[in-house]
Amino acid sequence: MRFIVSEGRLIPEVLAKANDPAAKPISHIDSMPSIPMHPEFPYSPELLSFLEGKQLLLEELPFPLDLIQAHYEHGYLSYEKGMMKTKHGWRCMRCGNEEHHFFASFPCARCQTVCTYCRKCIMMGRVSTCTPLVVSRFSFPQDRYLSPLSWNGTLSQGQQRAADAVEDAVVHNGELLVWAVCGAGKTEVLFPGIARALEMGKRVCIATPRTDVVRELFPRLQQAFPSVPLIALYGGSDDRGKFAPLVLSTTHQLLRFSRAFDVMVIDEVDAFPYSVEPMLEYAAAKARKEASSLIYLTATPHPAWQKEIKRGKRKAVTIPARYHGFPLPVPSFEWCSNWRRQLKHRRLPRNVLAWVQSRIKTAKQAFLFVPHIDVLEQVVCILKQLDQRIEGVHAEDPQRAEKVQAFRDGRIPLLVTTTILERGVTVPNIDVAVLGAEDDIFTESALVQIAGRVGRSAQYPSGDIRFFHYGKTRQMIAAKRQMERMNKEAAERGLLKTQ
Amino acid sequence: MNCLICHTPYNPMMSWRHLLTIEKVDCLCSKCRHAFMRMNGEICDICGRPFAGLEPSHRQGRLCADCVRWQEDDEWKDVLTKNRSVYMYNEWMKEVVALWKFRGDYAIVQAFQEEFCREFYRHFDHTFLIVPIPLSAERLYERGFNQAKALAELLALPIHDILTRHHLEKQSKKSRRERLRTENVFQFSGKTSLQGKRIVLIDDIYTTGTTLRHAAKVLRQAGATDISSFTLIRS
Repeated sequence: MRFIVSEGRLIPEVLAKANDPAAKPISHIDSMPSIPMHPEFPYSPELLSFLEGKQLLLEELPFPLDLIQAHYEHGYLSYEKGMMKTKHGWRCMRCGNEEHHFFASFPCARCQTVCTYCRKCIMMGRVSTCTPLVVSRFSFPQDRYLSPLSWNGTLSQGQQRAADAVEDAVVHNGELLVWAVCGAGKTEVLFPGIARALEMGKRVCIATPRTDVVRELFPRLQQAFPSVPLIALYGGSDDRGKFAPLVLSTTHQLLRFSRAFDVMVIDEVDAFPYSVEPMLEYAAAKARKEASSLIYLTATPHPAWQKEIKRGKRKAVTIPARYHGFPLPVPSFEWCSNWRRQLKHRRLPRNVLAWVQSRIKTAKQAFLFVPHIDVLEQVVCILKQLDQRIEGVHAEDPQRAEKVQAFRDGRIPLLVTTTILERGVTVPNIDVAVLGAEDDIFTESALVQIAGRVGRSAQYPSGDIRFFHYGKTRQMIAAKRQMERMNKEAAERGLLKTQ
Repeated sequence: MNCLICHTPYNPMMSWRHLLTIEKVDCLCSKCRHAFMRMNGEICDICGRPFAGLEPSHRQGRLCADCVRWQEDDEWKDVLTKNRSVYMYNEWMKEVVALWKFRGDYAIVQAFQEEFCREFYRHFDHTFLIVPIPLSAERLYERGFNQAKALAELLALPIHDILTRHHLEKQSKKSRRERLRTENVFQFSGKTSLQGKRIVLIDDIYTTGTTLRHAAKVLRQAGATDISSFTLIRS
């Protein structure tokens, strides 16, 4: 659509009385007027509560345009540019995209010009140069909750220290990184901080790139905070468009928020899919209030962050030990010759085959990670001759959920997988091997996550982790060192069980 | 290069033909490209529907049962000379169309360029008038662009915007019966007579053929002698 700038305000062309040749797409308007709030304006509580904390397209607002315009003219909401010109091109103001190949242009029927639009967040409705983003400038008083936490577990010593730091960050609007090893119990670490925030009438959001994490956290948070309205936002969830004091959201759904939260928790910042990562950072920054706290949870911070932590430039707290107090099992490396060539001859390296055979003989379940789908298919084909029950699973496998369930139930002795299972799937008493650990896909963080599958339960706190490789990489060494460092720190801090 | 649809990086197949600019490099990765199903095999003489997979009872000689029905109706007989399409409507195509038309990712039209043009010239030529099926003003504003016109522009031939359309509820929510009964939503808005002209209507999809026949009828009343249609998809 096009706007006319008149008497210090924007007027949508369709609402203007006369045709104005100066009407322009919003991104082409140089100085955006700002309007002071008129306190005596009889605002619509329906409109303002729908829009509170959000940044929406006009078509996402089920209200007539003249009502929206009246709220704009009285300072209760503002129109923002959907796209902003940068030095080298455009930036999408909803998702932060600046990559050239994610923009395209088309002859736009709404503004009669050639309009550039963002292809990265198109699944949420098109943002183009003539698209205004509607943002509320009004906020309703927020409810306070008295002792909302009804969780009566106890935190380990390592967890407690992190929980205190989280609570401190919440109270003082600070920034904090919680670096917790796989299996440390990082969700519980948030509970006291979230409780404190809710007592203070703050709004809390836990954002993560993965829908699985949202679904998994939802019942746990519901149980911990039974009196607090909680919503889960992901593609296809029923809660979309709602707002609550406690929000669980995926990256994409977070993009619809603006200056909404007092506490922003980002879970698994380093997680797959990698391409979403800069978008998550942008979305989280936009969805936070100016004065708010920011808490990152991760098991494997990227190397740049690790460096910052070492130099004291980033505030961080580590939980180097698992909740059960046993040290992390550390991977061992084993050279397996040119395994790709052997695969061509429909063979697996002898030591890899021996490893698999010994798992099957001792009936110990295991994951075998491989770098790509094509490798996966070949390996499964070979291993099926060993044991028909062996299966493979990859990201686009339609039977993914069934196969993972069958593995949990013990019906599959060994599951060959690509990196999709590196997170989240927790099965007690398993071993893990990686075939081709030298592949680029196995980054330090991926390898730490893979190793993190082993020894999660207190009954079976150890297991075998084997990286079969055709040439050691820095990533492999860094992953192993990271785990050893964590074990050392845990021992020094007295967090490990002494037998 | 990144694939236009799935955005994953890929290495386009390069050969001497590409270097000599005889052929353009594909903007899709091979996985996305091969997921489209081109029309092939025997088809209905009128509507272009493939006979493969169709029940024998739905076929009478060289026509499908639907077209026989159209031909038996004096009001609709020969209104549309023939329809030809490029792709079948498989699950993948549904997804791509949803992204292109409903989410509004205009750029995807490029992916159809080569095959759309090649197929057009197999059945038609530049002597036909190209008429894209219009959208109503309301729908055009909502979408931001007309997908039929975007397709017509791929042909690089003059486009004749000589039809307008009333606003009605969405076609896809109605049954065939209801669609047939509905009044004609199109009007002729051209300035010159169509006497003796041959026309190709362009649209994204042929489903029951009602929309295209309604448009054809209006053009026939305006004097055109031969009206066919060419769509991206035959569902």
